[in-house]
Amino acid sequence: MGKVIVVTSGKGGVGKTTSSAALGAALAQRGEKVAVVDFDVGLRNLDLVMGAERRVVYDLVNVIQGEAKLPQALIRDKRLETLFLLPASQTRDKDALTPEGVERVMGELKRYFDWIICDSPAGIERGATLAMRHADMAVVVTNPEVSSVRDSDRIIGLLDAKTLKAERGERMEKHLLLTRYDANRAERGDMLKVDDVLEILSIPLIGIIPESMDVLRASNIGAPVTLADARSTPALAYFDAARRLSGEVLPITIPGEKRGIFGKIFGRKAA
Amino acid sequence: MSIFSLFRKQRSAPMARERLQVLLAHERASSGSDLVSVLREEILAVIAKHVQVDNDKVQVKMDRDENVSILEIDVEIPLDAAQQAA
Repeated sequence: MGKVIVVTSGKGGVGKTTSSAALGAALAQRGEKVAVVDFDVGLRNLDLVMGAERRVVYDLVNVIQGEAKLPQALIRDKRLETLFLLPASQTRDKDALTPEGVERVMGELKRYFDWIICDSPAGIERGATLAMRHADMAVVVTNPEVSSVRDSDRIIGLLDAKTLKAERGERMEKHLLLTRYDANRAERGDMLKVDDVLEILSIPLIGIIPESMDVLRASNIGAPVTLADARSTPALAYFDAARRLSGEVLPITIPGEKRGIFGKIFGRKAA
Repeated sequence: MSIFSLFRKQRSAPMARERLQVLLAHERASSGSDLVSVLREEILAVIAKHVQVDNDKVQVKMDRDENVSILEIDVEIPLDAAQQAA
């Protein structure tokens, strides 16, 4: 049976879709069968980030409403044999997702795939709660910024209350993925540090993705960042995060933590 | 302290951290807590036996500190109902 992971955040624009695509591709690059599911009905973007926007025929809502079979809606990635995308509908509204429909699709996906990655929409409404409902594990994407941390805290509360796992009285496994991190700004004291965010949210860290041009470049060309440039710093960080998802224990490194001469002069106050 | 720090702007990350800690302590205590909503329902039911009160006129708040928790119950009873009960 496949493992269901929800990639969620509450706040929009923090990197849920980028991270869903990158983690999905990273797992598939290790030979695992992966389906990435876009739950953002009405505002789909995972297809675009993964470079499959012109190959969408059927979507999640079509499958839920019985207008298409699941294999018809799944799009196989052109670069990776074991990576599939289930796009969201662009035209329907979010009410087209029904709890029963989502349950059926998730059940079916779990039979065929090793990993099902649910890319949650922003907010705490129906789409977001349905995306997390069947999750075995959650990746909470957070920027080192006050509003993102606050919304993540709210989402962590929902994960512990509104998911099937929580309702069965089990503990929902939650992992923090800190994105758009700038080690130099944090060192200068103008950005929350990794430890600050960890202390506030108190969930384990699964990776730190540095603020990087490579992320934008990857979405420009329509490739998950782990495929666009597998040796870039964000790609390496996503590869490590994917390995941690599969249970490997790796030391966490803070990408880009080196200070030049400027940093040495201005960086740290003497005690 | 280096001479440069005199000209530097104050570091903002510690402020962010502190503001978040205060805010989230409050938000975690007041929203989504099951105990608070259960208490609210039961307190409302007890009061409703004796006086008529509006649903939204009963406020239950829980503040958690390191050493102590404070349960704050605020019930607004309309004047005529209070007179009837008296």
